[in-house]
Amino acid sequence: MSFLKKPKISHPGLPTNDIGLTVRDYEGAMSTLCAGCGHDSISSAIMQAYFELSVEPHRVAKVSGIGCSSKTPTYFLGGAHGFNSVHGRMPSIATGANAANRELNYIGVSGDGDSLSIGLGQFGHAIRRNINMMYLIENNGVYGLTKGQFSASADRGSTAKKGEANPYSPIDPVLLAISLGCTFVGRGFSGDKEHLVPMLKSAIRHNGFALLDIISPCVTFNDHEGSTKSYAHTRANLRETVYADFTEHHEEIVAQVEPGEYKNIMMHDGSRVGFKRVDESYDPTNRISAISYIEEHRAKGEVVTGLLYLEEGSSEMHSVLGSNKQAMATLPYSKLNPGTETLARIQKRWR
Amino acid sequence: MKPTDTARPDHFHQVVDCQWGCPAHTDVPYYIRQIAQGDYTGAYLENRKSNVFPGILGRVCDRPCEPACRRGRLDEEPVAICRLKRVAADLSDDVRKYLPPKGTSNGKRIACIGAGAASLTVANDLLPLGYDIVMYEQHDKPGGLMRTNIPSFRLPAEVLDDEIALIVERGVDLRLNTKIDSMQALLDEGYDAIFVGTGAPRGKNLDLPGRYESDRIHIGIDWLEEVAFEHTDSIGENVLIIGVGNTAMDCCRTSLRLGGKNVKVMARKPRNWFKASEWELEDAEEENVDILINHAPKEFVVKDGKLKGMLFDKLHYDIDDNGRLSEPTIIEEVFIECDDVILAIGQDNAFPWIEKETGLELTQWDTPVVHETNHSSSIDGIFFGGDAAYGPKNIIWAVEHGHRAAISIHKHCEGEDISDRPPRGVNLLSTKMGIHEWSYSNDFDDVPRHKMNHVDLVKRFKDIKIEVELGFNAEQTAREVERCLNCDIQTVFTEKLCIECDACMDVCPTLCLTITENGEEDDLRNRLRAPANNKTQVLYVSDALPQTGKVMVKDEDLCVHCGLCAERCPTGAWDMRKSRISIPYASGTMHAAVASDK
Repeated sequence: MSFLKKPKISHPGLPTNDIGLTVRDYEGAMSTLCAGCGHDSISSAIMQAYFELSVEPHRVAKVSGIGCSSKTPTYFLGGAHGFNSVHGRMPSIATGANAANRELNYIGVSGDGDSLSIGLGQFGHAIRRNINMMYLIENNGVYGLTKGQFSASADRGSTAKKGEANPYSPIDPVLLAISLGCTFVGRGFSGDKEHLVPMLKSAIRHNGFALLDIISPCVTFNDHEGSTKSYAHTRANLRETVYADFTEHHEEIVAQVEPGEYKNIMMHDGSRVGFKRVDESYDPTNRISAISYIEEHRAKGEVVTGLLYLEEGSSEMHSVLGSNKQAMATLPYSKLNPGTETLARIQKRWR
Repeated sequence: MKPTDTARPDHFHQVVDCQWGCPAHTDVPYYIRQIAQGDYTGAYLENRKSNVFPGILGRVCDRPCEPACRRGRLDEEPVAICRLKRVAADLSDDVRKYLPPKGTSNGKRIACIGAGAASLTVANDLLPLGYDIVMYEQHDKPGGLMRTNIPSFRLPAEVLDDEIALIVERGVDLRLNTKIDSMQALLDEGYDAIFVGTGAPRGKNLDLPGRYESDRIHIGIDWLEEVAFEHTDSIGENVLIIGVGNTAMDCCRTSLRLGGKNVKVMARKPRNWFKASEWELEDAEEENVDILINHAPKEFVVKDGKLKGMLFDKLHYDIDDNGRLSEPTIIEEVFIECDDVILAIGQDNAFPWIEKETGLELTQWDTPVVHETNHSSSIDGIFFGGDAAYGPKNIIWAVEHGHRAAISIHKHCEGEDISDRPPRGVNLLSTKMGIHEWSYSNDFDDVPRHKMNHVDLVKRFKDIKIEVELGFNAEQTAREVERCLNCDIQTVFTEKLCIECDACMDVCPTLCLTITENGEEDDLRNRLRAPANNKTQVLYVSDALPQTGKVMVKDEDLCVHCGLCAERCPTGAWDMRKSRISIPYASGTMHAAVASDK
């Protein structure tokens, strides 16, 4: 960590977004993570995405669990709401917060330990309920805060810093999420913001649970030879499959692509996600073919990245429940609590 | 783009905007750090090595360093470099023991004509090498235009005397009251080389009707000289100054101290076209001098041998889209009353004492043909410097001319080729002290520029010798030094160590770093994280990075040298290294020499 705060001085020619903010207005506190941590790069991509979408920072709620990744919400969007919860329990907090106030923009930041070990159950149920949130797994394959033990996402045979090999097979959050019915699934790499930022923007605008598994190398405990989550290994084995670009509803589509290899999907707010398929055989709206494609390439040791699956017209939790259109948090107390007389009337029905 | 060649001394030199902008290349950030550490004597010596007159220049330098200062591009106001220089001079110990004594005589005799900044610098550089310097001065005191043209309320005579003494007392044969009126006679004396540093002593005249009918119309620099030598001690209540350069500012402020009550400066053009430095305008306006724009002088009105005033044409200009002034149109004729007029519309160098027979080649304006870098003339062994060489510039340029001419004179006397100039160099030293510790104050300090305190408006007019500027106090100094961005602490990149984690890019407060595909400069400038429109500032481009073959590009324009890129770099690919630009002088290349000798 650095001892000094990032100077407030900024480039006088910085562009501003639709609400007059510069990207620096989306910063948080100075990171205390190790220098070169992939997570910091993801935080930076998150700031860029919210900046480009012109989201007001105070309309965002950041929730996280425990771990290096879960510390990072402090380092972006200083003006947002935040809740740093118990290990693996972030999905419950997110569900509760979302139930109470559906108007905020939710971002959950978790790691491979927080989501795939202690919090695996919670993770699965948040997907099942299709909570309207962006859920990030900053995936580095190790427990960084406890000095580099293998996590549940470490590949079998990959080695720890001191050389011992991992005997267990990994949990792939992307395959898991698709099989659980997740409505938006993508994989990115912290070292490739050019692809990560549009994917984050699409995920923020998705109406439902958007999972992004982001390979995020741990420079201190998992960036050596033998690691399959290092910068060098990820770059060498990255297979960019579907390039997503994101267009706000008021913008014109400017991407120049060959017909036939491009598909636009309209989001519920009118914005569009464009899929550019690097591999023409890939269909990001078909669960079965997505799963077999990812499995096939995983067997070859390749890391398939991109916006891998999106369900059109997804119904998030509130529409499934048919809950009040107005956020509960903004309802007057008299509506939230109809009083003892009403309660007595309801109870009387079961007597 | 090709990878930047950082071994070329100019690359890192031009990142240090102030040092690059200074004609004499004073290592400004280095001496500002010395001041911060309380080493005023060291700071003085660091200054003296390049600009020779820190006390004088700390008050009246034209400060090309300040408009160049990176801080000015970031939060509008540059570091008060000049004021800090004065702090070093005011608080320095006696430096005599640190200056090299005159060397054992090498038997070569050099004549310097004029005892101004350029000649004194030549003497300063050549004395340690054993040259015998004979310096001719027409007045009874040395200093040249520094003494005659700069009023003592801006530059006290003691400061001038002290710094000149540091050179002269080491063994210059200074011949005062000796006006050279024949170059031929001087050539006949058999000097090994002659340096002409006679300045630009002829003020421009304004030949309008009535010009010669009154003795109350003065040429600015001549009038200032009379005041300096106390031959003039009064002026009328109503004074018009014609012209709006720095000499005009000195004339109007001097008038106020000699009895002027209603002093007007008459400018032909609008304010943005004024020649005076902004701070000199401010100082004059603080003293309630009126500056009237768009007035073209037309006639001196003299009745019965008495100056009544002047007629002006009031002009109107249009400004076109490129910000250029149109040809003026005359709106009306205006009469302005006055008792005295001072003409401050420029000055020329003049050489009536150089005979045609000497064969010295002159330009069409009767000025000598002088080589741009080695200062030689058409006659072997005669060199020109200061305002005498290329017309009026300023003190700091005169000093640099002196340094260059001294190298030429030394080479000439050694029988070497004077066009073969000694090279500059660059030395880099890491400032890393610990994991996140650097040997410089790297945090950005957002205090605004400190204002100089002045003697109050009533007191200052009591005596022309009262220096108006009080100098920075201890607190102002302590805060102002922290405003320096340490541009000499260079960000140095080693591409083979880079793992492209983006940490440096993400942490950079001014977004000056980008990892991207290589391309041509114009294309690259468009693809950087923040606009890189200032083409006067270079891009620092790395070789291909090991993992992706992309390049690291740094736009040097707005880097605050906070070192966060190096702190957040997990592999040490970025390092903060102090650059020392070595500048050649006649007595050899000096950079850290003076400081370490101390």
